[in-house]
Amino acid sequence: MAQTVTPILSVHPTRGLVDEKFKVALENLPPRFPVTLHSLHRSEDKDYWEAFGYYVSDDRGRVTVSEDVSLGGTYTGAEPMGLLWSMRPVPGSRTGLRLRKMDVRSPMVVLISVYKGHVFEGFREQPPMASAVTERWYMAPGVQRIDIREGAVRGTIFIPPGPGPFPGVLDMWGGGGGLVEYRSALLASHGFVSMALDYMSFETFKTHDECLSYFEKVLSIIQQHPQVIKDRVGICGLSLGATVTLTMAAYCKSISPRCCVSVSGSHVFPYGVSLAEVFQFKEMDMGKARLDEQKRVIWHDMILPIPTDPQRKVAMGRIKCPLLVVNGDDDQNWATVESAEDMAKMMRAAGNDHLLTTLTYHDAGHLIEPPYIPHFRASNFIIQHSKQKVVMLWGGQTKPHSDAQEDSWEKILAFLRQHLYPCPSSSLPQAKL
Amino acid sequence: MKTWVSNRQSTMETNLWRLLLSVQPSRGLVDEKFSVRVQNAPPAHPLTMHALLHSEDGDTWEAFGHYVTDSGGDVNVSEDPSLGGTYDGVEPMGLLWSLRPAPGSRPGLRFRKRDAQTPMQVRLSVYQGHQSEGFMDRAVLASVMVERWYMAPGVRRVNITEGGVTGTLFLPPGPGPFPGLMDLWGGGGGLVEYRPALLASHGFASLALDYLKQADVKNEYFEDAYRVLQQHPQVCKNRIGLVGLSFGSSVALKMSVYSNVIQPRCIVCVSGSHIHAAGSRLKKTRYNEENQVIWRDLLLPVPTDLSKKVDVGRLQCPLLLVVGEDDQNWPVPESADDMREMMEGAGNSHLLTVLSYPRAGHLIEPPYSPHCRAGTFMAAGSRKKFIALWGGEVAPHSRAQEDAWRKTLDFLRENLYCSAD
Repeated sequence: MAQTVTPILSVHPTRGLVDEKFKVALENLPPRFPVTLHSLHRSEDKDYWEAFGYYVSDDRGRVTVSEDVSLGGTYTGAEPMGLLWSMRPVPGSRTGLRLRKMDVRSPMVVLISVYKGHVFEGFREQPPMASAVTERWYMAPGVQRIDIREGAVRGTIFIPPGPGPFPGVLDMWGGGGGLVEYRSALLASHGFVSMALDYMSFETFKTHDECLSYFEKVLSIIQQHPQVIKDRVGICGLSLGATVTLTMAAYCKSISPRCCVSVSGSHVFPYGVSLAEVFQFKEMDMGKARLDEQKRVIWHDMILPIPTDPQRKVAMGRIKCPLLVVNGDDDQNWATVESAEDMAKMMRAAGNDHLLTTLTYHDAGHLIEPPYIPHFRASNFIIQHSKQKVVMLWGGQTKPHSDAQEDSWEKILAFLRQHLYPCPSSSLPQAKL
Repeated sequence: MKTWVSNRQSTMETNLWRLLLSVQPSRGLVDEKFSVRVQNAPPAHPLTMHALLHSEDGDTWEAFGHYVTDSGGDVNVSEDPSLGGTYDGVEPMGLLWSLRPAPGSRPGLRFRKRDAQTPMQVRLSVYQGHQSEGFMDRAVLASVMVERWYMAPGVRRVNITEGGVTGTLFLPPGPGPFPGLMDLWGGGGGLVEYRPALLASHGFASLALDYLKQADVKNEYFEDAYRVLQQHPQVCKNRIGLVGLSFGSSVALKMSVYSNVIQPRCIVCVSGSHIHAAGSRLKKTRYNEENQVIWRDLLLPVPTDLSKKVDVGRLQCPLLLVVGEDDQNWPVPESADDMREMMEGAGNSHLLTVLSYPRAGHLIEPPYSPHCRAGTFMAAGSRKKFIALWGGEVAPHSRAQEDAWRKTLDFLRENLYCSAD
């Protein structure tokens, strides 16, 4: 069978870490030839996600995705990673999907293809001109994954390759529950012993102190680990995990973190006067929950107005370590921007605001995750205490949210490195980025 | 009740620093460059970068370079010079191509990956100061694992046993059909898969052929193999090339000129000769002071009799010759000169491109693999082992591999992908 033109499609690197950029390039096309670059991924839940961009080859028959402009599709403009972050479920998929890799020992496999012309549908029905496969890994080679089951503590520890010891990070995920490992795996790929913790599954704490001593125990498991530098352990939390992070930073007596990162979190206790109530599966006062026109749940107002009663929120003035706060101003799930303003006010009044750095990203939503994972404005969510299934509105517009993920991840890694990796030039931690 | 460590600064902290070692990509193709960086060390600090590789046979290979951190406490192997070690100067990939057997290894080792489906696993480490030996007994400051793959994701490996042909076909990912390559390895025989696996990672359906199982292989075997490749549904039957190394190059030349079935669109001959290896002029075997065998004189002088060499004046497709000028195994430079003369005489020299590399030896392979100046060799079907002198010096040979591979891929793309039907 004679073939008139076969373009040569390349992706570099063919196997990358999830937060590494790749270069997608096409050669051997006719000049000024319109093509569609398409990405396809089959998730662990067996849903298909895709993205595509419209390009026109140059006079030499080349397309270089990192430099050329996409004229349309799921992303536009010069976007080297658009084929990943603009992915969305293919037409006909189930609704409310969220893309998350639960098994981090295997990579995300993405098929990149090139089609003739500018196509917006029917990608499965026609053969592409060429395809390439790329792998995206959460675990760098040599990273070890170890299950932790110590009494009531259930989690996973990831250890970087090398002799160690290493700084440690306790990774606190959000209120959706379960054991979410991917951010920890990626942190270990960047040189931190990292522990992912399943803290929502089963423990019931009657008091604030019981709650605290559980988290102190967790922190000590990391600190006492033979491959961890015991006074270089930080905490990174998302959403409810961020509230736990702030609680630990303020109240833990016998043990404390060297620095903290709070992503899309609030210092306001969601139920009243302590974190313990979260774990008592109390029913939340749904009075302030709203629904949008598509019946998606908006929890943004639940903690508004920000209480003035200091008992209803974490005593920010007690925090003694550097704190990085990351928010999106289109967060529809939690009033994180208002919380951040109040946190800064409290810390100014207490005189420890030199420890605080706040990054607020315009038009980013609640789920600010490691970069290049697709953004979704809403997704299916099971409310822990009632087991009710809803569609939760997280917020954010795809392009600004994806930019926020890329930028914030870089800054989070730099912040963790600065405070947790002992530096030869000074022995005291820096307060600001 | 347990007492916890108090939150005071450790007194050791003023002396404590931990450096960050990173390699990108951490999983790369064998011919991809990587970037190795050290950060967070003290400024103007001596460090040794070290690479360690265990072969499938259990041998240990290592390489190292001596560096000094800059004023920021960083080392960037792609930009900073190595001041000594198994390589020196600014060499981004020196930690791979200068790998050599660790002290105490068996003699005559050659690094070859038998299983092309799994990666080479290289441990890259940083040591304090400028070390040159005893690495296994010293503490490392940091260490990472790097994978080097012959197969890109999506490349498929297919066993071929039809029509009496034994081989392995590697298919690129995608709908196809693809240009095809028949990969003919050298006189050591066996089924050597890593080069065709890598060629498939670059878009060519590549067939590794096991052709030295019988001492007396017939021409029809190659023609059958060529047909198998042509008829494969994912191969463009009119876009097939031949890639040979050493004895495989001779086969490639012979078949292309004399066979009616084998009509490649282009040929790459690495370290090959057009001279028929007929008759054993074994008394021309020489030995150097280390008792390593030099076989290059066996085919010399270049015969003038046309029956004793392939009549390359009859070639009808582009030919790329890759020549190592320090080849001690075959008279490759002399053969290349003679081929050029013959083709100029016949009027088809516009088809010929010669890449000639000073101080490169016989085994010109894909880049960034360890160089072997002399190694154990056992001809297919024989039980006698020699230490054959291949030739070449480490740095020039490695540069030759990098340059030749890039130009070989360009040549194959131009002739098999880009040219009009």
